[in-house]
Amino acid sequence: MFEKNKIKTLLVKKPLKLDCGQIISNFPLAYETYGKLNDKKNNAILVFHALTGDQFASGTNPITKKDGWWNYALGPDKAIDTNKYFVIAANVIGGCMGSFGPSNINPETKKPYGTNFPVITINDMVNAQYSLLEHFEVEKLFCVIGGSMGGMQVLQFVSNFPNKAHTAIPIACTASHSAQNIALNELGRQSIMADSNWQDGFYEEQNKQPDKGLAVARMAAHITYLSKAGLQEKFGRKLQERDDLKFSFDADFQIESYLRYQGSVFVDRFDANSYLYITRAMDYFDLTKKFEGNLSKAFEKSDTKFFIISFTSDWLYPTSENREIVIALNSIGKNVGFVEITSDKGHDSFLLDVPDFLNTVRNFLNKSYEKI
Amino acid sequence: MKKEFYNIAKLVTKNAKILDVGCGNGELMKYITENISKDIRGIELSKSNVQKCVEKGLTVIEGDAEKDLEQFPDSSFDFVILSQTLQAFLDPENVLNELLRIGKKAIVSIPNFGHWKVRLHLLLKGTMPVTENLPNEWFDTPNLHMCTIKDFENYCRERNIKINLKNLKFQNLFSELGIFILEK
Repeated sequence: MFEKNKIKTLLVKKPLKLDCGQIISNFPLAYETYGKLNDKKNNAILVFHALTGDQFASGTNPITKKDGWWNYALGPDKAIDTNKYFVIAANVIGGCMGSFGPSNINPETKKPYGTNFPVITINDMVNAQYSLLEHFEVEKLFCVIGGSMGGMQVLQFVSNFPNKAHTAIPIACTASHSAQNIALNELGRQSIMADSNWQDGFYEEQNKQPDKGLAVARMAAHITYLSKAGLQEKFGRKLQERDDLKFSFDADFQIESYLRYQGSVFVDRFDANSYLYITRAMDYFDLTKKFEGNLSKAFEKSDTKFFIISFTSDWLYPTSENREIVIALNSIGKNVGFVEITSDKGHDSFLLDVPDFLNTVRNFLNKSYEKI
Repeated sequence: MKKEFYNIAKLVTKNAKILDVGCGNGELMKYITENISKDIRGIELSKSNVQKCVEKGLTVIEGDAEKDLEQFPDSSFDFVILSQTLQAFLDPENVLNELLRIGKKAIVSIPNFGHWKVRLHLLLKGTMPVTENLPNEWFDTPNLHMCTIKDFENYCRERNIKINLKNLKFQNLFSELGIFILEK
């Protein structure tokens, strides 16, 4: 699918017991780093990516040749300043940018795993990435940060490893995936599975790609990442390179054309099975489950300073759900800050040029770093 | 920093756990952090003020004191500070109850409507008093529940809230501001 030599990989030898019961070992974890680890090894930040992200958070992604997904926030002199901090970003297991995922070859069958790949969870993703701390000999991270599914990984990380991060910044996320979000993910999965090229997940060995299904999944999801006001302002009822309606099912409207484009470019860089597995992991995410519904208990042992950020126009992971995390932390007296950023860019705000957001992250990081 | 903040800061003890309700741009919190106790956090409604607190490296929670105090457990702070905002709440009684629930002690300051300048203004001009401490006109004031030091003392006495107050008559006439330590 792509040039493997541009991808750094850590071979995780230690067996990892997945939530589904299977044990995996000797599996690849693809990662990228930015900046330099200092002598005290106290400037490391672990960045967790969202559903369709990867380890190439900054600069140019060498595989897709596009900008890294967090270019606005991460890089030299940016909010997460790589002149100052050492940033580690990994591709989640289940993903398709070099980490152990459904497109990997199953050594037993010599064919891609497809849907024989084990169902993974956010907990599994985080446990796999913990190996990077050992690899870089970082005793304690300065910060764990991520938005959306990346934020869920932040929460899971602090819960699993309560003394391994000085600070944590979960952004635009939730501690428990809502019915609405499960429903939206199911819509995407059914769209992929309805594509006859999907072949029950074994499309690669038949040289087929469920591109149409994956593109529709992406189109539907993309709508959920934007706000109604943002869409209206950007597209309204503007027509696509035409003066009047064509009385057909062409993309008359700019918004239609835009969504079709988003769908078509997505299939070039993303694997349909990975989309199934990662959305499943998000749906299974409920940090309260292990603690009889009491989210506070997930953080009881933690000594991490939290800073939670939400966006006014995010209806996918709304402020109310982010606030529940704040409430859970306050109710056990943990150190937590919370900011809701005004933005009409919807859930995607954390990926975009939203100055209030970027300044907030920069200030929190720099002021917190002075104190460690 | 305004004089009121120095006076409030004098009332908190070294290394105490403190919540500043309506912490504004974090000026008081910053002073307390640097001089008295690092274990302090704030709640603030205004987004631009929240940003200013983050810039100062302070722990701040964006939120509304009328709704968001209930998440804190009983007696979880040594001191809860409320500076000149009590009169602006829709339900100040509820906020006061919450302050006394989550704080072992509450430090509350109020603009005193019984100050002689306020009294004189109303008596002589016959219009709603506008002073240095109360700069708004009647139509744009955020202050919904103005009271005097004496009113506040009566309120606390009726509810068995302990209040440190001496020379009530003198203070009610000559203090522009009342600063109290309350205890349940």
